[in-house]
Amino acid sequence: MKTGVDILVMGAGIVGAACAWELSRAGLQVAVVDGRFPGAGATGAAMGHVVVMDDSEAQFSLTRYSQTQWDELAEDLPVHVEFERCGTIWVAADDEEFAEVRRKAAYYQARGVPAEILDSGALQNAEPNLKEGFVGGLLISGDSVVYPPAAAAFFLHKAVESGATLHFGKALVLLGHGSARLADGTTISAAKLINAAGQLAAKLTPGIPVKPRKGHLVITDRYPGFLHHQLVELGYLKSAHSLTSDSVAFNLQPRRTGQVLIGSSRQYDVEHDRVEPAILSQMLHRAFEYMPGLRNLSSIRVWTGFRPATRDKLPLIGPWREDPTLYLATGHEGLGITTSLATAKLIRAQILNEAAQIPVEPYLPSRQTIHESHVEKGHA
Amino acid sequence: MPENVTVRVNGSPVSVPAGATVAAAVLLSTNACRTSISGEPRGPLCGMGICFECRVEIDGRAHRRSCQTVCQPNMEISTRG
Amino acid sequence: MGSVTERKCDVAVVGAGPAGIAAAISAAESGAQVLLLDDNPAPGGQIWRGGAKGSHHPEAGLWLERLSNSQVTLLRGSRVFHAEGGLLQAESDDAVYQLRFGSLILATGARELFLPFPGWTLPNVVGAGGLQALVKSGLPIAGKRVVVAGTGPLLLAVAAYLSERGASVTNICEQAPASRLGAFALAMIAFPGKLREAARLRFLARQGRYLTSTWPAAAIGKESLQAVRISQNHRIRELECDYLACGFHLVPNLELARALGCRINDGFVEVNHLQETSRPGIYCAGEPTGIGGMELSLLEGQIAGFAATRQGEAGKRLFAARTRYKKLVPAMRETFRLRPEIASLGQPDTLLCRCEDVSLERVRNHNSWRAAKLHTRCGMGPCQGRVCGAAAEFLFGWTVESSRPPIFPVACASLAKVSAPPDQREHNEAPQ
Repeated sequence: MKTGVDILVMGAGIVGAACAWELSRAGLQVAVVDGRFPGAGATGAAMGHVVVMDDSEAQFSLTRYSQTQWDELAEDLPVHVEFERCGTIWVAADDEEFAEVRRKAAYYQARGVPAEILDSGALQNAEPNLKEGFVGGLLISGDSVVYPPAAAAFFLHKAVESGATLHFGKALVLLGHGSARLADGTTISAAKLINAAGQLAAKLTPGIPVKPRKGHLVITDRYPGFLHHQLVELGYLKSAHSLTSDSVAFNLQPRRTGQVLIGSSRQYDVEHDRVEPAILSQMLHRAFEYMPGLRNLSSIRVWTGFRPATRDKLPLIGPWREDPTLYLATGHEGLGITTSLATAKLIRAQILNEAAQIPVEPYLPSRQTIHESHVEKGHA
Repeated sequence: MPENVTVRVNGSPVSVPAGATVAAAVLLSTNACRTSISGEPRGPLCGMGICFECRVEIDGRAHRRSCQTVCQPNMEISTRG
Repeated sequence: MGSVTERKCDVAVVGAGPAGIAAAISAAESGAQVLLLDDNPAPGGQIWRGGAKGSHHPEAGLWLERLSNSQVTLLRGSRVFHAEGGLLQAESDDAVYQLRFGSLILATGARELFLPFPGWTLPNVVGAGGLQALVKSGLPIAGKRVVVAGTGPLLLAVAAYLSERGASVTNICEQAPASRLGAFALAMIAFPGKLREAARLRFLARQGRYLTSTWPAAAIGKESLQAVRISQNHRIRELECDYLACGFHLVPNLELARALGCRINDGFVEVNHLQETSRPGIYCAGEPTGIGGMELSLLEGQIAGFAATRQGEAGKRLFAARTRYKKLVPAMRETFRLRPEIASLGQPDTLLCRCEDVSLERVRNHNSWRAAKLHTRCGMGPCQGRVCGAAAEFLFGWTVESSRPPIFPVACASLAKVSAPPDQREHNEAPQ
C-alpha cells in the first residue's frame, strides 16, 4: 500500500508530536510513524521540566524561546497534561556555588528572565524540608513542570485535528530519500522526512551523532506540600559536563499529584534498561543529603530512560547532509521536553523557508562541534 | 496481657480486643479509611496488605496499611489524609 | 528507618503460608539455618490467618506449633522489595534486612482477583478472603447481613466462617454454572480433607442460599454499601446487605519470581519435580506454581524444603500424594473459569484503577498495559498494579509485567540500601 504526504515524522515522542502539530497547522499533510505508541521512549521516562538553562548562549536561546511557547500554550493545555508553574530553585551548598548563583542571576536578569537570589533564610522558607545550612539559592519563578506523555498525546491530537495521520505499532524497516517502508509493507512517500526518533534516531539513520545517556528516576507516593519548587543542585552542571564518567546529581520535582520525583543520574555506554542498584543507591543518598525527610517517604516506582545525547550538548535541528529529504529533530539530551516546541518552530522555519525567531546555526546537524574526528573515550 | 487496647481514631478513643488491627479500629469508628483522589470514600478491599485501600496516617506517618498494622496503646490514627 | 541488618542463612523462605511453613520446617530438619519472611504480623498466610484458633483446619494448629518449636527464624512484618544474586532485601517497620542465602524458596501465595462492577469501590464492598481476614483481625460481624459473591471454593469457606461468627450470610453467588460445580464436588470426594468442602457445598445448595450462574451486577449505596444487585441467570434481584464479600478466585503472586528471572509458563512459575524453578537454587511451592489449595501447598512446600537441603528421600515419599493433589489444579481452573459476562460487568465510567481513579473507558483506549499505564496512570499507584493489572489481564488479555525494584513500596531510605550483587560490590560508591 502506498501513500504520499508532505511530511513524514518518525517518532511519536514529544519532539515528533510537536513537529507534527506545527507542520500540520502550517497546512502541510503530515504522517507520524512510531513502532510503539506515543511517548514510549524518552518522553515516557522524562522528568518533564520546562526550564531555562545557561550552559551556553545557544542553549539559553533555545530553552528561553521554547519556554515562552509553553507559557503561551499553558491555558489551552488539558488538565491531565499537569502543567504547573512551580519554578526552579538552584541550591547553593557553599560559597563557591553561591558565587555561581550571583553569576546566573546576573545572566538571566540581563536577558529578561525573572531570577531572584535567596539567602539562607529565604531558601529555608521557600522549601522547609531542605536541610538547614545551605548558603542560599536562585529562584527561577518562570520554570514549569508537565506530564510529558500527556503533552505528547495532546500535540498529536491537535495534529490530527489539522489533518495529520498516525501510524502506530508498525516498525520502520527502511527510511530515507523521500520514503519510509513499514513492517507491514506500507510505503509512505514524503517530500520531507523528519527523524525525531530520540534514542532510536541513529538506528534509523546510521551516522547520526547521537548516543543514549541512561538515567534513573524514583517516584514517591503522594505527599502534598512536601515540596514546592523543582530543586537542582549547582554541582549538577559540573558533573553533567563530564563526558566520560557516570554521575548522579540532586534534582527533585514536585508533581501536581503531590508525588515527589527524585533524580538524577547520567551514564554512558550502558545499553540495557535494567535498574542498577549501585547508581540508584548513589542517587538516593545524594538526594538525602539535601532533603533528609525524603528518607521516610514511600517509594512506589523506579525506572530508567535513555536521553539522546550529542557531543556538544545541543540538539540536532535541521537538514541531514547525507540526504536532502531528511531533517533531524533529535539529540535533545535532558531538555527534550522544554525545547520540543522551539524545535518544532525551527523545523517549520527551515522546511518552509521562513525566517526563524532565533538563529538556527547552533543546532544544525552540519556544525563542526559534533563531527570532530578524534575518538574520545565514552562519547559519541 | 490486657484484653483490650485503646487507640484514637481522628481524635476519638476506640477500644479493640488486643491483637486487632488498625483497620478494625477504624471501621468501628468511621465509614472509610481514606478518600480517593476523586473524592470517593474508601475502605479495605483485600484485607491482606496488597491493595492499599486501607491506608491511614498512624502516629504522623502517612500511607500505613491499617489491615497489616496491629493496634498499639495510644496510637493516633487519622483518616483525613 | 533503622540501619541495615545483615543476615546469612542456608535457606531463605519467602511467605509464611502453608507452603512456606512446610518448606521452612522441612528444610530445618536437615540442620540448615532457615529464615522465613512474611509481610503479615503473624505466620499463617491467608488461609491460616489468626493462627490455630482462627482456622478450621486442624493442620493449622499442627504446623504452626511445629514452626514455633523449630529452629526456623521468623521475620514478621517484612516485605521483600529487591532480590538479586544470592541476596534478598526486605523492609519491616523497624529494619532493613539484607539476607544472603544459599537456596531460596518462593512461597508467595496468591491474592484474590478483583474485577470492576458498578459500585465496587463503595466502603463495605470487600474481597471474600478480604472480609474473612478483616473479621479475623477484629472486625465485628455478628448480626451483619453479608452477601458472598464471585467464584471459587473460597466463597464457601468464607461463608461458613462468617456464619460461625454470627453473620447472616444471605446468599452465596457463584458465577460458575451448577453443572460445572456438580462435577467438581464429585471430584473433590476423591480427596481426603476436601470431603467437608463438598459436603458444605451440597448443604448450602439444598438450603437454596447457594446460587449458581449468579454474579454481582452492581453494589448500591451512597457513602457505603446498602444493597447488591445480582444477576441470577440474567434475572436481576436486589439483596439488602451490610457487606458484600466478593472475589473472583485467585491469581498467583509472581512479582518476586519475575524479578529473579524465573521462567513463567502460562501464568505460573515453572518448576521441576523437585519444585526447582528455571533458576538453580531457587524453588517455588504453593499457589504460584498452580492454584491447588492448602493440601497441595503443604506437599509442595515440604518437597521444596527437602530438595533445597538435599533430603531427597524424604521428598520422594511425598511425590505420589502431590501427583494426586495436583489434579485439583486443572479441575479448579476449569470449574471456576470466568464466564464471558464477568468481563462486561463494568460500565465505561466504572473505575478500573482504584489508586489513581482511572475509569475503564479511559484504559480501553489503549492497546497495551504499558501504553495505558503511561497515558492514564493506571497501575502507577501504591498497589503497583496488583489489583488493576490483574483485572486488565482478564478484561483485555494484556500481559502485565513489571519486575523492577521496589517489588513492593518501601521507604526511600530502604530503597537506597539496595546493593549490587557481591561480585559488583567494589563499584558501589554510595556514601553511607
